[in-house]
Amino acid sequence: MNPQTAEPETAQFARLAEFIDGLGLGHEPDERQAALIEVLHEAQEIFGYLPEDVQEFVAEKLRLPLGRVFGVISFYHYFTAEPRGKHQINCCLGTACFVRGAEKIIEQFEDTLGIKMGEVTPDKNFSLGTLRCVGACSLAPVVIVDGKTYGRVTPEQAAEIIAEYN
Amino acid sequence: MTTLTRLDTVEAFGELREFLRLRQDPRQTVISVCGFTGCKVNGSDAVAEALKEEVRKQGRDDVPVKVTGCHGFCEKGPLVVILPQGIFYQKVGLKDVEAIVEKTVIGGEIIPSLLYTDPRTKEQYKLESEVPFYAKQERVVCRHSGKIDAARIEDYIAVGGYSSMVKVLTEMAPEEVIDEMKRSGLRGRGGAGFPTGKKWEFCRMAEGDEKFIVCNGDEGDPGAFMDGSIMDGHPHAVLEGMLIGAYAIGATHGYLYVRTEYPLAIRSLTRALEQAHDYGLLGENILGTGFSFDLELTRGAGAFVCGEETALMASIEGNIGSPRQRPPFPAVSGLWGKPTNINNVETWANVPVIIDRGAEWFASIGTEGSKGTKVFSLVGKVNNTGLVEVPMGMTLREIVYDIGGGIQKGRKLKAVQTGGPSGGCIPESLMDLRVDFDELVKAGGMMGSGGLIVMDERTCMVDVARYFLEFLTDESCGKCNPCREGVQQMHNILERICAGEGKDDDIDILLELAEYVKDSSLCALGGTAPNPVLSTIKHFRDEYEAHIRDHKCPGGVCKALIQYGINADACKGCERCAKECPQDAITGEKKQPHTLDREKCIKCGVCFETCPFDAVYTE
Ligand SMILES: Cc1cc2nc3c(=O)[nH]c(=O)nc-3n(C[C@H](O)[C@H](O)[C@H](O)COP(=O)(O)O)c2cc1C
Ligand code: FES
Repeated sequence: MNPQTAEPETAQFARLAEFIDGLGLGHEPDERQAALIEVLHEAQEIFGYLPEDVQEFVAEKLRLPLGRVFGVISFYHYFTAEPRGKHQINCCLGTACFVRGAEKIIEQFEDTLGIKMGEVTPDKNFSLGTLRCVGACSLAPVVIVDGKTYGRVTPEQAAEIIAEYN
Repeated sequence: MTTLTRLDTVEAFGELREFLRLRQDPRQTVISVCGFTGCKVNGSDAVAEALKEEVRKQGRDDVPVKVTGCHGFCEKGPLVVILPQGIFYQKVGLKDVEAIVEKTVIGGEIIPSLLYTDPRTKEQYKLESEVPFYAKQERVVCRHSGKIDAARIEDYIAVGGYSSMVKVLTEMAPEEVIDEMKRSGLRGRGGAGFPTGKKWEFCRMAEGDEKFIVCNGDEGDPGAFMDGSIMDGHPHAVLEGMLIGAYAIGATHGYLYVRTEYPLAIRSLTRALEQAHDYGLLGENILGTGFSFDLELTRGAGAFVCGEETALMASIEGNIGSPRQRPPFPAVSGLWGKPTNINNVETWANVPVIIDRGAEWFASIGTEGSKGTKVFSLVGKVNNTGLVEVPMGMTLREIVYDIGGGIQKGRKLKAVQTGGPSGGCIPESLMDLRVDFDELVKAGGMMGSGGLIVMDERTCMVDVARYFLEFLTDESCGKCNPCREGVQQMHNILERICAGEGKDDDIDILLELAEYVKDSSLCALGGTAPNPVLSTIKHFRDEYEAHIRDHKCPGGVCKALIQYGINADACKGCERCAKECPQDAITGEKKQPHTLDREKCIKCGVCFETCPFDAVYTE
C-alpha cells in the first residue's frame, strides 16, 4: 500500500504501464524521450511523488537511461522524488503576490504548521511549498491547497485554511 | 447539421458558418458569466449553475447562460454581463441570482446594487462599455471576450472564426501571407518584439524536409496571466493563428507548450484541439484543400528558463530545459534539428484578425515602431486589478490611473515593474512614458510578456531587487558560470543590504557584477538577470543608500531596519490591531490610544495592514 495515496502499489504500476502502452510509442529513441515529461506527470499523479522504483520503472518502460530520467526529475521544480504530505499547501511567490505581502503569508503558514518551506509535517498531513504565479494575480496574495485556490489571503486566514484540512 | 460532422470541403465550412450565423439572433438575451481564475476563486461556477437553474425555474430556459473567458475586471468578480445590452453586474453572489433573472432578464430592470460605482466620483455605470476600466481599452485580441463560450467551437465559427484560415488556404500564396504579416508590423509578444513576418520568412526559406511551429505558452513571468487567459478564453484563435502560420511557413506539425500551473488553459486547449479535429479543421487534408497540419499539446513542469525558446525546444524533446547558444537559430535548426518557428500565445492570437481585417488596419493602431494592441496584466497595489488590452503607445499613467483607478488605499505610486524578472522598474516620474517596445527599453524596462506590477510607497525597491534575484538564482539552469555564480553573488549582497548589513562599496560591486553577468551569460536569462538591480539602482539609488548608510528602509519593509509604533493622535482605540497581533504586543483601553511593545513585536506587520486609520507607522 502506498501511504501517499492509499492504493496498492501493484495497481498503481499497472495504471502507469497502461498509460505508457496507450501512448503507442514506436522504436525511435527520440519519440520515447519526448514522452518522458508527460509520463512523469502521469506517474506523479498516480503515486503522489516519484520514488526510485517508479523512476526505474519509467526508465525501463521507455527504454531510457535511468540517469536521464533522474536528471529530468531533478531539473523540473514540479517533479519531486520525496514523499509529500497528504495535503499540499502552496503559497504563490509570484511578483504580484510578493508585492502584496506573500512572504508574510508564508511565515504565518510556517509558524502555524511548525515546519519550513519544502518540509512535511510530522503527521504527514501537510507539505508546504511555493509556486511562482498561478495566474490568479488579481487576487494576490494567493494560496493553493490541493488545487483549490484561495485569494486575497491574510496572515490570520492561515489557521482557518489549515483547519479545513485537519 | 447540429451534430459534429467532419467538414470535407471549403463549401461545407461556408454552409456551417452561414447556418451558425443565421441561428444567432442579435437581439437574443444572453447571460454571460466570466469563468476565468479570478472569478472562479470568488465563486463564479456556482453562480453560473444557479443562473442556469433559475432561468429554468422562471420559465426562461430560452436564455442561454454562457461561461466565457476572462472579462478582465478580475478585481470585481464574479462578473455577469447581460447581452445584448451589455449590462454589467459585478461582485455577483448566489443571493443575487433570482433577482437578475426576475428583474433584469425578464423585467428589463436594472439592479443598482450590482452596478459598478467609481469610488472616486461615486458615479454608477450601467453598461460594460461605460465603466472606466473598459472605456479606454481597445480589444483586438480579446475582441470576443465575454461574448463567446470558449468551450464551443461553433460560437467561434459564428463570429467569423476559422474564416481567416479558409481565406489563406483558398486565396493566398504562402508568400502573400508572410508579406501581409510583415506589412502589419506585428512584433512578437513574448518579450523581445521580433517582427513576426520576418521570423516566418526565415523559417520558410530554411532548408528542410520537415518543419515545425511552436506556441510558447510557458508564461513564466510571475505576475502575468495574459497568455493563460487567452489560451483559456480564446483557444481557437491561437489554433487558427498557428494553422495560418503553418501554411505560410510550410510546417506540418506543431506544438503547444503550456505551463503546467495552468490547468484551465490546458483543459480549454485540449478541448479546442478535439473539436477542431472533429470538424476536420486540423489534421489531414484540411477542408479538402490538400493542406495538412497537426498540433499537439505538451506540458511544462515548472522551470522558468523553459520559456526561453531553445530551452523550450529541449523540453519538448523530453530533456532538461537548458538553453543553447544561438545561432543556429530555431528557424534553421530547432526541434530535432529541423527548422522551427516559435511564437508567443498572444502573437499567434493576433494573426487571424490581421488576415481578416488586413495589415493596413492593424498598422493603423499603435505607434511608429509597435503596431496593434498589447494585453497587460495589471496587478499589485492598484485598485482595479485585471486584464487590460490597450493600443500600443498608451501612457503608463493612463493605464494605472484611468483604467486601474489609481493606487490602493490612496497611497502614493512608487514604480511600475514591467517585463518580469528580466525587466525593470519604471519610477513615478516616468509615468507619462508611452508604452511600446522601444520606449520601455529606453527607460530601463522591457515589454516582456506584459505583466505590469504596480508598486506603492510601501514597497522597498532593494527588497524588490532581492526578490527577483532570488527568483533568478532558483531558476538559473546552472549551465554557465556567470549566471550561476554571478547572480548568486548579487543576491547575497542584496540579502545583506536588506538585513541591515550593507557595506559602502556594495552598490559599486553590484554594478560591476551586473556588467559581467550581462555580457558573458549564455542565454538571455543571465543576460537580462541584472536588469532588476540596474534599474532599481538607476532610479532608486537613494533607497539603497538609506539602507546601507542610515540603516533605514524607506519603504518600511525590511524587518531588520524598521520598528513599528502607534501614533497616539491617529489611534481611535478600535482594538482591531490588538486582536490581530499574534504576539499580544499591543495593549490599551477601548476608545483610547493603544501602545505597542517593541520587545514583544516580531514585525509581522499585521497591525499595519489592519489599522483602518493609518495610525500604525514604521520608522
Ligand atoms: C529566460 C527567458 C524566459 C522567457 N519566457 C518566455 C515566456 O514565458 N513566454 C514567451 O512567450 N516567451 C518567453 N521568452 C521569449 C522566447 O525566448 C521567445 O523569444 C518568444 O517565445 C518568441 O515569440 P515571439 O516572437 O512571438 O515573441 C523568454 C525568454 C527568456 C530569455
Ligand atoms: S503572482 Fe501570485 S498568482 Fe500570479
